[in-house]
Amino acid sequence: MAAYLVRRVLQSILVILLVSLVTFTLLHLLPGGPARAILGPRATSQQLQQFIVQNHYDKPLILQFGLWFNDLLHGNLGYSYHLNENVASLIADRLPKTIVLMLLSIVVALLIAIPLGVYQARKRNTVGDYVLTGFSFLFYAMPSFLLGLLLIILFSFVLPWFSPEAPQSDSLGAILADGNALVLPVATLALITIAAFSRYTRSSVMENLTQDYVRTAAANGAKDSRIVVKHVLRNALIPVVTLLGLSLPALFAGALIVESVFNYPGMGFLFWQEAIVRDYPVLLGVTLVVAIATVVGSLLADIAYAVLDPRVKYA
Amino acid sequence: MTINPPLPEQVHVSDTVAAPVDSGDAPPKSMWRLGLEVFLANRLAIVGLVVVLLFVAFCFLGPLLYHTEQLRTDLAQANQPPGTGGHPLGTDDVGYDELGRLMVGGQSSLEIGIAAAVMATIVGTLWGAIAGYLGGWVDAIMMRVVDTLLAIPGLFLLLLLVAIFTPSTGLLIVVIAFGAWLTPARLVRGETLSLRTREYVQAAKMMGGGNRRAILKHITPNAIGTIVVNATFQVADAILIVAALSFLGLGVPPPHADWGNMLSDGTAFTQNGYWWMILPPGLAIVLVVVAFNFLGDALRDAFEVRLRRR
Repeated sequence: MAAYLVRRVLQSILVILLVSLVTFTLLHLLPGGPARAILGPRATSQQLQQFIVQNHYDKPLILQFGLWFNDLLHGNLGYSYHLNENVASLIADRLPKTIVLMLLSIVVALLIAIPLGVYQARKRNTVGDYVLTGFSFLFYAMPSFLLGLLLIILFSFVLPWFSPEAPQSDSLGAILADGNALVLPVATLALITIAAFSRYTRSSVMENLTQDYVRTAAANGAKDSRIVVKHVLRNALIPVVTLLGLSLPALFAGALIVESVFNYPGMGFLFWQEAIVRDYPVLLGVTLVVAIATVVGSLLADIAYAVLDPRVKYA
Repeated sequence: MTINPPLPEQVHVSDTVAAPVDSGDAPPKSMWRLGLEVFLANRLAIVGLVVVLLFVAFCFLGPLLYHTEQLRTDLAQANQPPGTGGHPLGTDDVGYDELGRLMVGGQSSLEIGIAAAVMATIVGTLWGAIAGYLGGWVDAIMMRVVDTLLAIPGLFLLLLLVAIFTPSTGLLIVVIAFGAWLTPARLVRGETLSLRTREYVQAAKMMGGGNRRAILKHITPNAIGTIVVNATFQVADAILIVAALSFLGLGVPPPHADWGNMLSDGTAFTQNGYWWMILPPGLAIVLVVVAFNFLGDALRDAFEVRLRRR
């Protein structure tokens, strides 16, 4: 397994290197070149020249990539002239808020999806199973922005229970303290995740219910509920770890939309705002950070899977 | 409750579908015929197909019967509730007739969604088949490209590309296809790895057939099940992506409409209770996406018949 882990880590490092190469390439595809695109249409040719020299855009491309990558390793992601702030510090401020939103939603989603999946597997092909399957299809096809809007209409205006806007505070603690305003954004992100997670749990539990160890436990007189909780769930939930890793890109995308719908001050909202005004340093920086987070996340999921399931042999 | 149920053959939404009965003396049916029977026996598939056809008719034939002004705004007629002034679904915030706009908007959503899915499928299939067939370092390089692009969450990459290259409808198709061709590439590569060792491919090779012939004449046609099923799901995904980009204000450029930017226009009025600006486009997106998902599921079952008979 050690060999597998080493290979997996090396693979991830390679992908991160390649992602940074893609980002670097995009920087040079910017309309009018990076200097013009970043400084805007009103910059004078003198300013452009100064910017080009300062940022080494006059050097050979290979050298530029080296310098740019060196900056990256030192946590320097460039400067947003639109927000007049360092991209790295902008992200350092916003990323934790996005991670909190995602974590809360994942926890809520798992707490609901796993019991649902187990229920559906035990009562498969009954009316209850069909109804829940119908709902998961519906939520699977429902765009997150539509779901968010519908929740706002239903639970903020028709029934004035929750705030239609996410917490607007700058500090993470204050955001977490504002539970009422967090309900709808977390619910939106959780609901679209539940659909996939519960279907996965359902098939995983169904597969495990047919295993020999279940028959053995039943023959030994164990109660059904004990078999499900003590034996089946333990095995059935291992693949869910992988699913978590695989759904990271979708979760980041979902967070972007949910943050935009609810004005949640996270990284996705920042990305959207700066996409509209074409603030390229922020866009490139966030893209890179999200990609690295995704690669690291799926690496962690794979490691967790290897640890949890010793049956799997990695050649 | 019995904990030891009969083995489910496959864990799938459409477990309810009856498998075609194989009577001993009837003449053997062709695989396509069997596949078609399974497809038609699936009620959800029929529902999906009917919904898709209805929407195509609604969007492309509807405007021929129901004429509305969708270019010039009419502020005097803005925000009319359904049923007033000859507007069955009311009007939006600049006075466009909602029902007419739903048709015109649906045209962009469907056109872009289907075109992007077709483009992504063609590129992805060729990429995956070439990588899988040639193997070795070509495969390694080609698949690392796929891994790299898959690592960047799609919506971020698409928004970045849309911000760099201001989108026209055509460009939007290319950009969405650029984010979508990775899945078919992976699937087809996997299939190719097993197909290339088959006798008929080896035979074609031995008779002097070149790589191009093997890929286009032998590998791709035999992976058609995987390709078609994935393409169907691609359409659903592409329609969702177009809607998301337009909703975020970076999709279909004005004066064109699509279901996503209709929704985005409606968001300003959630508080006023103008439901007719949100529910119709929202429902249209969900229905079309669910319909394409049903179609994909049914097609997968239909193609599995071919595998079962082999």
